[in-house]
Amino acid sequence: MNDLLFDHLGFLPDPAALTVATLMKILLIMIPLMLGVAYVTYAERKIIGFMQIRKGPNRVGFFGFSLWGLGQPIADGMKLAFKEIIIPTNANLYLFLLAPILAIVPALAAWAVIPFSDVMVLADVNAGLLYVLAMTSLGVYGVIIAGWASNSRYAFLGSMRSAAQIVAYEIAMGFALVGVLMVAGSLNLREIILAQQVPLNLFGFNIITSGWFYIPLFPLFLVYFISGIAETNRAPFDVAEGESEIVAGFHVEYSGMAFALFFLAEYANIIMIATLTAIMFTGGWLSPFDGLLNTEILSVPVLGALLDSGIHWLFLKMVFFIYLFLWFRATFPRYRYDQIMRLGWKVFIPVTIIWLTVECAGILLEIEPWFV
Amino acid sequence: MTFQYGLFMFFAALVVYGAVCVITLRNPVHAVLHLVLTFFASAGLWMLLEAEFLAIILVLVYVGAVMVLFLFVVMMLDINVSETREGFVSYVPVGFLIGLVLLLQIRIVVGSEFFGLDQYPLPVPRPADYSNTAELGYLIYTVYVYPFEIAAVILLVAIIAAISLTMRRRPESRKQMPDKQVKVKADERLKLIKMDAVVSVDKKDQGDDV
Repeated sequence: MNDLLFDHLGFLPDPAALTVATLMKILLIMIPLMLGVAYVTYAERKIIGFMQIRKGPNRVGFFGFSLWGLGQPIADGMKLAFKEIIIPTNANLYLFLLAPILAIVPALAAWAVIPFSDVMVLADVNAGLLYVLAMTSLGVYGVIIAGWASNSRYAFLGSMRSAAQIVAYEIAMGFALVGVLMVAGSLNLREIILAQQVPLNLFGFNIITSGWFYIPLFPLFLVYFISGIAETNRAPFDVAEGESEIVAGFHVEYSGMAFALFFLAEYANIIMIATLTAIMFTGGWLSPFDGLLNTEILSVPVLGALLDSGIHWLFLKMVFFIYLFLWFRATFPRYRYDQIMRLGWKVFIPVTIIWLTVECAGILLEIEPWFV
Repeated sequence: MTFQYGLFMFFAALVVYGAVCVITLRNPVHAVLHLVLTFFASAGLWMLLEAEFLAIILVLVYVGAVMVLFLFVVMMLDINVSETREGFVSYVPVGFLIGLVLLLQIRIVVGSEFFGLDQYPLPVPRPADYSNTAELGYLIYTVYVYPFEIAAVILLVAIIAAISLTMRRRPESRKQMPDKQVKVKADERLKLIKMDAVVSVDKKDQGDDV
């Protein structure tokens, strides 16, 4: 992707070619991401509908065909785009309008370092993992500032809850990632995936997917994913917008595109957490059959490409984790606030610290799953 | 003027603007947000120095966690702005004096005789795959391992002290004890009393009431 685009722009001077190529790559990430966000909202309504024996959206389609309601997200987007943004009296105008921007920018910026396949990565930086962590930790500002600037008690309560929650779960999340980088020996996301390539050899057999980090780091995998759900303020940790208590939490005063930006940020973050879990614990773009199939099968025209590692495996894993997000929302009742805090501080952080100790011992004593 | 120089000027201007706003703005929430801006711009400056690990950690720790808690506290406080402004003029000379002393101290420590171009030649630009995270980790855990451990212990002591200060017993505050809630049995809370469906009432009393 990198060289291909750059080479085709050879008629431009070098800096200009680089800029144009980079902008095109950003568009190549952004447009599918935005479409993905739109259709994750559709999938959410449809899947939860099926789980609750309802139909979900099934009216809006294209050109007179209802098509199972596939036009719904587009219609929702159009509606939000043309709605008036109402600014509450005595709200802090600048901060009120800045908050949705602060929510969406980190949610999109974090995608810069995500490797979609061995060659498809916008910025292959050394400290990619840290960058992602820093960007996701910035998302909380949108929530806090929105709550404070709205001049509303409900919004303020929502933002206070979410601030405490996000700070608490960020620590567990960070610790889980320390475990990942200890096994991988790198902060670069691409190298983290490549480190999962070696399958575990048990009694002379190569076991399927055994090189992926969810096996040696199983507790950290669980902690990371659950913290990710808490970090994105999703059910069952969605006290920041607990409808039954504080209407809609921090974005209760927002309408139109300002609300849509919060919405986009939330779903972009969901896809982000799903992607990161796929990259760090289940081998990213690696195929589960990686290294087990011989070249004869891999050279079969379509089947070979499907079974070989590639971006489609990453998408498959992302879809699975996004589905988990929706499944949890349909399944679990909302946690009470003190239960959330207890889980974050008194369960997850000790679990991660204990598993890091186990991992250290494993690496020091050169025991197989941790030391490759 | 190279692109890098322009970036430096941009971030440096942001740092100065943010820092000035932190001490001059009346609204404490705005002041904290400008402090966030200052940190962010400093991270940009560090990034220009090829200290990408420190820059990202600055964003991650200070902007992502510390300042969030700061905002949390400042938003909860109901600060009367005019009250905090009282006696501002009488404190100005003292403030200037302290500022001057601090400036002098900084000048003594990081003056050009220690950090000038003749003392520190321009750093060699590193190749793109140079990981200063690994380099930093190597230095911290070998050459500077004792200072590093001592700093860690001091931080730990501070954490324990801060927690123990808030752990004082306050009988007037009620709190939940989840372990007791989980262990509770029905017969500790609930008392079943067997009684007849209809209580027989003395005829004579009833008559008096009517």
